[in-house]
Amino acid sequence: MLEFINQVLKIWKEYAPALWDGTITTLTIAIIGTLVGLGIGLVIGIYKTIPISPKDNIIKRVSYKIVDFILSAYIEIIRSTPMMVQAMLFYYGIAMVFNIQLNILLSGLIIVSVNTGAYMSEIVRGGIISIDHGQYEAAHSIGMTHTQTMSKIVLPQAIRNIMPSIGNEFIINIKDSCVLSVIGVTELFYVSKYAAGATFHYFETFSITLIYYFVLCFTITKILRYLEKRMDGPDSYTIMGSQTAPEAVIHVNTANHGKGE
Amino acid sequence: MSDTVIQIKNLKKVFGEREVLTDINFDVHKGEVVCIIGSSGSGKSTLLRCINLLETPTSGQILYHNQNILESKQASHQYCAKVGMVFQQFNLFNNLTVLENCVIGPVSVLKKPRNEAVETAMHYLEQVGMAQFVNAKPKQLSGGQKQRVAIARALAMEPDALLFDEPTSALDPEMVGEVLKVMKNLAEAGLTMLVVTHEMAFARDVANRIVFMDKGIILEDDTPEEIFNNPKNERTKAFLSRAMG
Ligand SMILES: Nc1ncnc2c1ncn2[C@@H]1O[C@H](COP(=O)(O)OP(=O)(O)OP(=O)(O)O)[C@@H](O)[C@H]1O
Ligand SMILES: [Mg+2]
Repeated sequence: MLEFINQVLKIWKEYAPALWDGTITTLTIAIIGTLVGLGIGLVIGIYKTIPISPKDNIIKRVSYKIVDFILSAYIEIIRSTPMMVQAMLFYYGIAMVFNIQLNILLSGLIIVSVNTGAYMSEIVRGGIISIDHGQYEAAHSIGMTHTQTMSKIVLPQAIRNIMPSIGNEFIINIKDSCVLSVIGVTELFYVSKYAAGATFHYFETFSITLIYYFVLCFTITKILRYLEKRMDGPDSYTIMGSQTAPEAVIHVNTANHGKGE
Repeated sequence: MSDTVIQIKNLKKVFGEREVLTDINFDVHKGEVVCIIGSSGSGKSTLLRCINLLETPTSGQILYHNQNILESKQASHQYCAKVGMVFQQFNLFNNLTVLENCVIGPVSVLKKPRNEAVETAMHYLEQVGMAQFVNAKPKQLSGGQKQRVAIARALAMEPDALLFDEPTSALDPEMVGEVLKVMKNLAEAGLTMLVVTHEMAFARDVANRIVFMDKGIILEDDTPEEIFNNPKNERTKAFLSRAMG
């Protein structure tokens, strides 16, 4: 046991800088991939919820359908194939077709973003269609356009509701970015494999890797929870002073109130 | 009577195979309070939703100050901003505070300067007795409070007419009164109102006219006195005797 710990510490001391670099690469890929993926997801999710009525002109309806078909194909193909295969196809495909060697990190970023985008599209679409229809009707009743309704009423609520799913995608990206090691992205897993291969201490090295991934994911989960809470605003509201006592300000706490709605 | 705000001509609405509204004709004049009564499923909500363009009428005309708003998209847009609606389920914007609920329409639709919109919103929130709650979110309010904010939100658009679809039906009995009182004040202040309601006492006391609907048609359209004391139609009689218990 003591020997094991000693060995772990030794490897850690030697490879700490490399592991740190790997961690940074992993985090960078996860953060950028999730954000770009969310961007893709928002565009597609919003597009897929544009109301198209049979009364719209034929050109609008047909072009909508064509784009919609392409987007659906993208989502289904990405969701039904492993990211590792996508990575191989993309990286070596680009090299073959265009005869260029794309920057490996950039390739990794593109693959994770495009992959996350497919999942995010469905998450965003789900978030939008889960908003009560009464919200649209109320917006319509004061004369708001579809664009105004979406940007000011529906999307803020939808995004708040899908925050846990967005966080989940982020965590998945931290872990799944390890498949990018097949094209040589020097993220945490790649560095670990290298260290293990050099020292022949696979178990000890990957014990360290496990702790790295766990601390990363666990901390980020906690941070996201906190941010979600902050987004909800205060549980209490302030009753403004009345005419009789303009200086009176009462704080009403509704922390355990109305959460069921 | 004085000038007509909304005029409905030969309005028809079909859902699939079902004809829900058959040849509806009636007018709402400026300053008038018209109550629509009738049994469940008679098409009252559908009529109101057609008037607010939440449903597209199958055929017929809706004239707003003598202009058919079903003809141009431009006209229908302005019309929506000028004819407000209060819903049974309140439908306050859940992501906005009470104040923002009343400010967003005037700012984004009417393009009012924000400080002016806030001032107007505060005025109407005071009128419905909700000025103290400007910072609250909808989920922190009771049903009656939500409905009063919804009324203030509609008023903040300074509408030509307001449509109400059973505004008190989703409320606990003890909160019905506060909302009806606000509506009664609005009626007295001269607001043009079209109200679908099951509150017979309110219809009798506040309405200038009562429209009785049955199976998608208007069976009677008369003063409250005539409808309540001297109903012409057998179905009206039957409905009233049931509704008044
Ligand atoms: N979107 C729809 N699709 C199909 N049928 C509908 C739709 N909306 C309403 N209906 C039907 O139209 C009829 C009239 O409905 P409506 O809601 O207008 O009645 P109502 O008079 O408001 O009743 P209530 O007093 O219960 O609110 C009902 O039979 C209803 O089932
Ligand atoms: Mg109804």
